[in-house]
Amino acid sequence: MPEEATYVEAIRSATELEMAQDPRVVLFGLDVDDPKCIQGTTAGLLDRFGSERVFGTPLAEEAMTGAAVGMALSGLRPIHVHIRIDFVLLAMNQLINVAAKTRYMHGGKLHVPMVVRAMIGKSWGQGAQHSQGLYPLFMHIPGLKVCAPSTPYDAMACLLTAIRDDDPVIIVEHRLLYYQTGPLPEDTDNLPAPSARVTRPGNDVTLVGISHQQEECLRAAAYLEEKGISAEVIDPIWLTPLDLDTIETSVRKTGALCVVDNTWTTCGAGSEIIAGVLERIQGDVPVRVKRLGYAPVTCPPTPGLEELFYPNGRTIARDVCDLVHGGNVGWTPEERANLREITFKGPF
Amino acid sequence: MLERFYRSLYRIRRVEEEVARVYPSDVIKSPVHLSIGQESTAVGVCEAICEQDVLFTSYRCHAPYLAKGGDLPGMIAELYGKAAGAAGGKGGSMHLVDVAKGVMGASAVVGTPLPNAVGYALGAKIQKKDVAVACFFGDGATDEGVFHESLNFAALKRAPVLFICENNGFAIHTHQKFRQAVPDIAGHAEAHGITTRRLSDNVTEIYDAVREAREALEKNPDAGPFFFECSIYRWKEHVGPSEDYQLGYRHLEDAQPWLDNDQVRVVGEKLAVATREAIEQEVEAEIQAAFAFAASAEFPAPAELYTHVFGEQSHA
Repeated sequence: MPEEATYVEAIRSATELEMAQDPRVVLFGLDVDDPKCIQGTTAGLLDRFGSERVFGTPLAEEAMTGAAVGMALSGLRPIHVHIRIDFVLLAMNQLINVAAKTRYMHGGKLHVPMVVRAMIGKSWGQGAQHSQGLYPLFMHIPGLKVCAPSTPYDAMACLLTAIRDDDPVIIVEHRLLYYQTGPLPEDTDNLPAPSARVTRPGNDVTLVGISHQQEECLRAAAYLEEKGISAEVIDPIWLTPLDLDTIETSVRKTGALCVVDNTWTTCGAGSEIIAGVLERIQGDVPVRVKRLGYAPVTCPPTPGLEELFYPNGRTIARDVCDLVHGGNVGWTPEERANLREITFKGPF
Repeated sequence: MLERFYRSLYRIRRVEEEVARVYPSDVIKSPVHLSIGQESTAVGVCEAICEQDVLFTSYRCHAPYLAKGGDLPGMIAELYGKAAGAAGGKGGSMHLVDVAKGVMGASAVVGTPLPNAVGYALGAKIQKKDVAVACFFGDGATDEGVFHESLNFAALKRAPVLFICENNGFAIHTHQKFRQAVPDIAGHAEAHGITTRRLSDNVTEIYDAVREAREALEKNPDAGPFFFECSIYRWKEHVGPSEDYQLGYRHLEDAQPWLDNDQVRVVGEKLAVATREAIEQEVEAEIQAAFAFAASAEFPAPAELYTHVFGEQSHA
């Protein structure tokens, strides 16, 4: 296994590893077996494991999700891939009414070990229906687990953990994270239990970034050094189960919490995390809080408006600076070349 | 065979009549969708398939559950909301389950079990198991988009599914002719390239047709899927223990041919009186014991509220 790998390679490796050591694992979804192989995340798997275990599907998200449930009940461990999370909306009946509830409503007699991989799109005109985050919808439902890994290491660990889990897990990927490179887990047989990670230590503010916004939060932390603000950045990685302990510990130290969602803020993961932390702290220490996320509109494809739609390292730094100082400081950092967003070049 | 049919038909009829009888006392804490009048599909199908085969059903699941051998005390205890129920009191009438007997749960959302059945069948085929899946649903389910998605995928993968459409003509109170431009459900299945049979409510006819399909699957795992549209009639209201002819959406004279052809009575009359009475006595004793068991069983402990959201091996 290479020392450094891309996020794409991490997902591909995790799938290949688990399919090789567990014959129950099957992989399917629209285009998993086409020449583009879901941006390479399923490359080579058809050749190695055959069309019975790796197959493309009709455009029928509800039935394919229902079939995943049935396959799981039959003893398999299905992985169902969606090239955009927006398409999962066509499968909500099977995910929420069936996959999430099968264990509980049958008194534990049945369970559904299935994995749903779904990708958030961004930039180059993804527009209204290829850009949504949507993961808070799944966090709302008892019986579903949700993770949003932002590094190759966590992508591999999350996918392996998800396949080995006895319950349905939704893995939220992000198209722009596919460019990330980094180390992969060395001991894939003994992965840590799902928990959050402090990705950059700091003292003045706790900055929680979800999915691709984790990358933006690390950029914001670098910008905030200009103002002498030391941000502690946390990646929750798993949203259900949610590791509030790590975030609470940080907030008790910093006294300020900003959560940057990779979706809209209303009823978002930020709302849940901030409420959860404040419920625990109950005024023991004073805490300032801030939610950031998509502008409360439909995502526009035209570049100027799209730029305004998303938080980025500079706007996060601006808003966090205001949060720490308790008012409008009137500072936005100048863009630095080494902290520039990778601009995706189409076509897809 | 007729004795087996009668035992199963009579048992389902009498269990549900007993459910209806005790229902006003409120000991049953669950909405009930009775199969009274529709027993012959469940019995014909479940007698024709194999021990290792499995069922996926709608919320009208009492008849298939019992016909496949589902535990009777567990069913009644589940209706009573008791810890000893089939789902520990967490499913109710609409989610009966008995994994040992191949009853793989039931869904209260119309059409929802169809793709689950197809997925299970495909999964069994991938694992080289000789298992067929019988999927029970009503004509209402065929209005749903997932019906067509599921039939297409089953046909594409030659999944060993036996689709059992119990066409009783009504989705709650709305007749098929007000919901479907082409009210030919078997024709829709044929359009997906599926071997299809149009059947009456005659239990022997249903048994023979399904048995033939099951034998074909045994010889050739790619023989399926198969589709059976069974014309039947629901005697009781959509949900609840009573008749509903007073609502005016259907009339007693519509029901009369079905009442005259009651499969429980027709099959029973073919048996010797002594044989029939012996079966009935055994079934009555079994039912009495099951209701007594449910009545005396305990409700779940408060801690049960939080169990079974995730499994113990899960990372929660």
